[in-house]
Amino acid sequence: MPGKLKVKIVAGRHLPVMDRASDLTDAFVEVKFGNTTFKTDVYPKSLNPQWNSEWFKFEVDDEDLQDEPLQITVLDHDTYSANDAIGKVYIDIDPLLYSEAATVISGWFPIYDTIHGIRGEINVVVKVDLFNDLNRFRQSSCGVKFFCTTSIPKCYRAVIIHGFVEELVVNEDPEYQWIDRIRTPRASNEARQRLISLMSGELQRKIGLKVLEMRGNAVVGYLQCFDLEGESGLVVRAIGTACTLDKLSSPAAFLPACNSPSKEMKESPLVHPPSHGCRSTHNSPIHTATGSRLTQNFSVSVPTLIYTGMGSGSAGKEGGPFKALLRQQTQSALEQREFPFFTLTAFPPGFLVHVGGVVSARSVKLLDRIHNPDEPETRDAWWAEIRQEIKSHAKALGCHAVVGYSESTSICEEVCILSASGTAAVLNPRFLQDGTVEGCLEQRLEENLPAGCGFCHIPYDELNMPFPAHLTYCYNCRKQKVPDVLFTTIDLPTDATVIGKGCLIQARLCRLKKKAQAEANATAISNLLPFMEYEVHTQLMNKLKLKGMNALFGLRIQITVGENMLMGLASATGVYLAALPTPGGIQIAGKTPNDGSYEQHISHMQKKINDTIAKNKELYEINPPEISEEIIGSPIPEPRQRSRLLRSQSESSDEVTELDLSHGKKDAFVLEIDDTDAMEDVHSLLTDVPPPSGFYSCNTEIMPGINNWTSEIQMFTSVRVIRLSSLNLTNHALNKNFNDLCENLLKSLYFKLRSMIPCCLCHVNFTVSLPEDELIQVTVTAVAITFDKNQALQTTKAHVEKSLQRASTDNEELLQFPLELCSDSLPSHPFPPAKATSVDYSSFADRCSSWIELIKLKAQTIRRGSIKTTVTVEKTSPMGEGNFRNRSAAPCANSTVGVVKMTPLSFIPGAKITKYLGIINMFFIRETTSLREEGGVSGFLHAFIAEVFAMVRAHVAALGGNAVVSYIMKQCVFMENPNKNQAQCLINVSGDAVVFARESELEVVSTQQPAANCQPACTGGEVTT
Amino acid sequence: MTSELDIFVGNTTLIDEDVYRLWLDGYSVGDAVALRVRSGILEQTGATAAVLQSDTMDHYRTFHMLERLLHAPPKLLHQLIYQIPPSRQALLIERYYAFDEAFVREVLGKKLSKGTKKDLDDISTKTGITLKSCRRQFDNFKRVFKVVEEMRGSLVDNVQQHFLLSDRLARDYAAIVFFANNRFETGKKKLQYLSFGDFAFCAELMIQNWTLGAVGEAPTDPDSQVDDMDMDLDKEFLQDLKELKVLVADKDLLDLHKSLVCTALRGKLGVFSEMEANFKNLSRGLVNVATKLTHNKDVRDLFVDLVEKFVEPCRSDHWPLSDVRLFLNQYSASVHSLDGFRHQALWDRYMGTLRGCLLRLYHD
Repeated sequence: MPGKLKVKIVAGRHLPVMDRASDLTDAFVEVKFGNTTFKTDVYPKSLNPQWNSEWFKFEVDDEDLQDEPLQITVLDHDTYSANDAIGKVYIDIDPLLYSEAATVISGWFPIYDTIHGIRGEINVVVKVDLFNDLNRFRQSSCGVKFFCTTSIPKCYRAVIIHGFVEELVVNEDPEYQWIDRIRTPRASNEARQRLISLMSGELQRKIGLKVLEMRGNAVVGYLQCFDLEGESGLVVRAIGTACTLDKLSSPAAFLPACNSPSKEMKESPLVHPPSHGCRSTHNSPIHTATGSRLTQNFSVSVPTLIYTGMGSGSAGKEGGPFKALLRQQTQSALEQREFPFFTLTAFPPGFLVHVGGVVSARSVKLLDRIHNPDEPETRDAWWAEIRQEIKSHAKALGCHAVVGYSESTSICEEVCILSASGTAAVLNPRFLQDGTVEGCLEQRLEENLPAGCGFCHIPYDELNMPFPAHLTYCYNCRKQKVPDVLFTTIDLPTDATVIGKGCLIQARLCRLKKKAQAEANATAISNLLPFMEYEVHTQLMNKLKLKGMNALFGLRIQITVGENMLMGLASATGVYLAALPTPGGIQIAGKTPNDGSYEQHISHMQKKINDTIAKNKELYEINPPEISEEIIGSPIPEPRQRSRLLRSQSESSDEVTELDLSHGKKDAFVLEIDDTDAMEDVHSLLTDVPPPSGFYSCNTEIMPGINNWTSEIQMFTSVRVIRLSSLNLTNHALNKNFNDLCENLLKSLYFKLRSMIPCCLCHVNFTVSLPEDELIQVTVTAVAITFDKNQALQTTKAHVEKSLQRASTDNEELLQFPLELCSDSLPSHPFPPAKATSVDYSSFADRCSSWIELIKLKAQTIRRGSIKTTVTVEKTSPMGEGNFRNRSAAPCANSTVGVVKMTPLSFIPGAKITKYLGIINMFFIRETTSLREEGGVSGFLHAFIAEVFAMVRAHVAALGGNAVVSYIMKQCVFMENPNKNQAQCLINVSGDAVVFARESELEVVSTQQPAANCQPACTGGEVTT
Repeated sequence: MTSELDIFVGNTTLIDEDVYRLWLDGYSVGDAVALRVRSGILEQTGATAAVLQSDTMDHYRTFHMLERLLHAPPKLLHQLIYQIPPSRQALLIERYYAFDEAFVREVLGKKLSKGTKKDLDDISTKTGITLKSCRRQFDNFKRVFKVVEEMRGSLVDNVQQHFLLSDRLARDYAAIVFFANNRFETGKKKLQYLSFGDFAFCAELMIQNWTLGAVGEAPTDPDSQVDDMDMDLDKEFLQDLKELKVLVADKDLLDLHKSLVCTALRGKLGVFSEMEANFKNLSRGLVNVATKLTHNKDVRDLFVDLVEKFVEPCRSDHWPLSDVRLFLNQYSASVHSLDGFRHQALWDRYMGTLRGCLLRLYHD
């Protein structure tokens, strides 16, 4: 009996009217956990019931605590007929199960109904008393921390990074059971929500067990997905990276974006170029007292093994065979592992040694009914197969590990494409072993790649290259070889040297496919896949060159299967790495050289391309230092100024064959192509419009080249669905439609967020799905972050000019208020924000909040019973309002609803994450039978997504948090049936609930007062000038 | 290629003030897009018309969803679905409850009922305000009226507490509610020169001085039958006003009053002779207005009477405002020197307010 769950139902508010006659509701609450149910009393005739119940106590196994959600159902009591359900709240109590996270869940939760959406709120308090249980054979894994963040969470340090953990559970989908034909949609949806909640709890527990087996205490980069396989069942699967984490007492630098990589670091023995000798840096005996810091629910003793691979002096002489040695070392560290994969995308310094390139594998499967849910062998086998392939690709690249690893599926009817991708890499074995050196963070000062180019150096043997690549000596250290382009799925390492800024690069592609059944269909798809991969890479490469850049980070290629087409969408962030050679331009040549006008056209196109490249270089500030072309002692030919590839259309298919299929390693997609396939492709290259000035975008955590973020953030989700005209669809028309869809979507985002300029869209995450024959759905989630164009405190003069100019000309700008919510902006801006247009704003905001303040005050006085007394004072004297304004600055805490920030990033700009409260993983279904009345499909989905956000925020707030980081919308499945006036949507979101504190709040509090006082004076000054 | 679905949802709800204004003004999405195009936004931002269309649709949808909450502003503050900074919440509410001068002049003092709602078509045509906007404004008036109608305590405070409006706007609503409740006639042709501000000013004075709430006694017994309300004029007070009749009915008193005023103002008034000649008429007019207020019909015609009996005669003799002020001050003050008159307090309560109103009403 290792746990006691205690629940108290406090009150409800804003309940819907359930009794038309009285316009009131007789509400009561059912609290259910496992098979036990408690009920509150009926609170009659109120829309704001005060139950104030006793503590309902559930005595349960911790296994159940992990698996089961707490179910709270609000009902309307009906004497004569069955009680009507108002709605439900599912609370995942997992965050209460580990000691460092939340201790109590308490707050207002939206009451959710799958048909009506949110219907009022309920105030609930939940606590857990855990008893220690040292039974080694237990099935629970309480105490293992889960993080969605794909880097080491900010207030922890990694003692050991153990490696890959995966698990999947399957079940029958309730929606496809026979009973679904007789039960109501509500019951069916609820069954589904409940089941998925249960399955993800179970999955998490099983993963936790694996982590404990590996002697870890946390899972980082936890990614859980659902496969709705329809009739063949429901698969919930998860991958992650097991780690042993140690809480930092005082977190060090927490904001990668703000850190310049210019710390004086000493050279690391492990990553040093072989021509130099290596010497040790960490020969001190290593002992981490990890065991004692682990949570009390289990105990792991970490043996104090000393890793002496590069002991002092010993390795110094053997520079030459260093690489081999390193590989060997790490190999041994990794070879026990079935899959040396890491879901992390950002790493502790020194962890990543070399990067080989992107490895990916796909496989097309036919779904069949899962006969025995307890033994999901087939699905397991499928994934094992794919992972094996990935592993062998990585080997071919001379790498022993895969980082930035992720898995996904695309399902259409009974065909399923399984995809996995990652970045082949060579890792520093130190972090992978038990008993590492003491404190990586301390250590990292001693480890440095030579000015951030080490990871670019090729890990593979240059004489035995797995694919054609053009190698040069590193432009940074000139000692090691580097490829001419580098594709990766990870974030840009913080210490990498980048020239200029980065940008979002997308490749978009559609391929028509005949409708077919079963095997024929699967075969058709698998035949198309290589071609799609090839074209996606060609497009990426061309666009990269067009931008004048030489590396891609955060590459994510999504292939989506539909009834009659395949879609490919690749997103990545392009950058110019100083270590890699300058990319060649794009040269085009015609197929019929004797045609004069054609020739002219070609040269016109060529000019346009060259102009675009030049323009992009300017736009992204890419101006690498001129490098003397004679690289000292280079045995390699000079980098080509222009990679040239003449080709005719007829040749192209041959080329594909040669590159892709006959290569023997077709999936090691580090393709090296300088090529334009056809005129249309060139045109489509040029149609990509750069974002308007003041905007940048990337799909990585941080934007290379921008590091002065300000604190304003706006996370958003945008969804678009287009219907293709079914008449004579061609690949070309399809491509154009898809391209326009994505481009227009981006344009809309830039327009909508224009008030935040200068700003950057970070972590732009596109998802494509094909819900029906002629429908394409694109979902984008991203965060817009403002940054200060003029570094830090540069010249107020510019502000004045700007504000004057704007004030005179641009009314609209003036009226755009910053989106920052008041409660954190007030104390945190000692100086007015960069765009000092807010002269009007601040006064207006003050006015507004003072009204509310004033009203509240009055409300209080009225309640106290003295009528009329205060009024005259306020009416007559302007002093009244002045007083209130002074007051309003202070008690923002009494603002009724706390602000919860959401971001797909792992950090919050200008703030410090002080505590991780646990993982948020929520699944919702919403259905309507009155689509038109709810504003059509747009109104329906808009409301639903807003509700999902609200429920996430409410759960975070109840945990005591004020933000969600690493937020991701993993699934947004939308189905409509306009003829029946019906629609249904499933959404799955996850993230990490955290507490953050503003940097300014953490600083000396006393400085705030004078600063705040000077503000009006400053702004006043600006206005008068 | 047609767009089936197109939405944008921010964690913080995006509010575009310009679009909000267009929405409040009752423009359709199409019209709003056209107006935005005309504002030159495309050139400023480099956006396309399609982008603008999608953006406008999105904002309209958001506003439509928020409208339900705006009907009960405290709900907007407590709801969890839309994360909106407090300053923006205040702005949304304030703008939603703002009204057009032209519109309010049309319905001020009318019964806020279905019948009037039918007239909205005509008002829309007459004022050029879209029917949608007229409906919103009318519904706002009616909603506020309904909520505060039966409430005790200060009218302005009640409005403010339940609708979270700024002080200014709450006072305007108090005036609208007060006028609607007492059905003061404001639409007559001779009242057309008066602005809403003029009436609101008078309403405030009347609420402060002529209603039950104005007596200033906090009800000791909460169940007392006396309604402590700002909505209705103090019936007892209106009844008492009959006592003022003596000021004009008693010839001696009238003469005495006149001579007191004339003595005090001789040489100070530019229009002294006109005043002297008109004194009895003016005084009769003002006192008769008071004595008739027991009849609902006459209450409704209060402003018509004031303009007819006082403003117009003075204006036709070209009294400057300063002279009107001097006269009214003296006229009310002199009554204190009338030994035979016993209703000084009543007179002050009546005349204090009336003087303020008349001065406000006296303009071209």
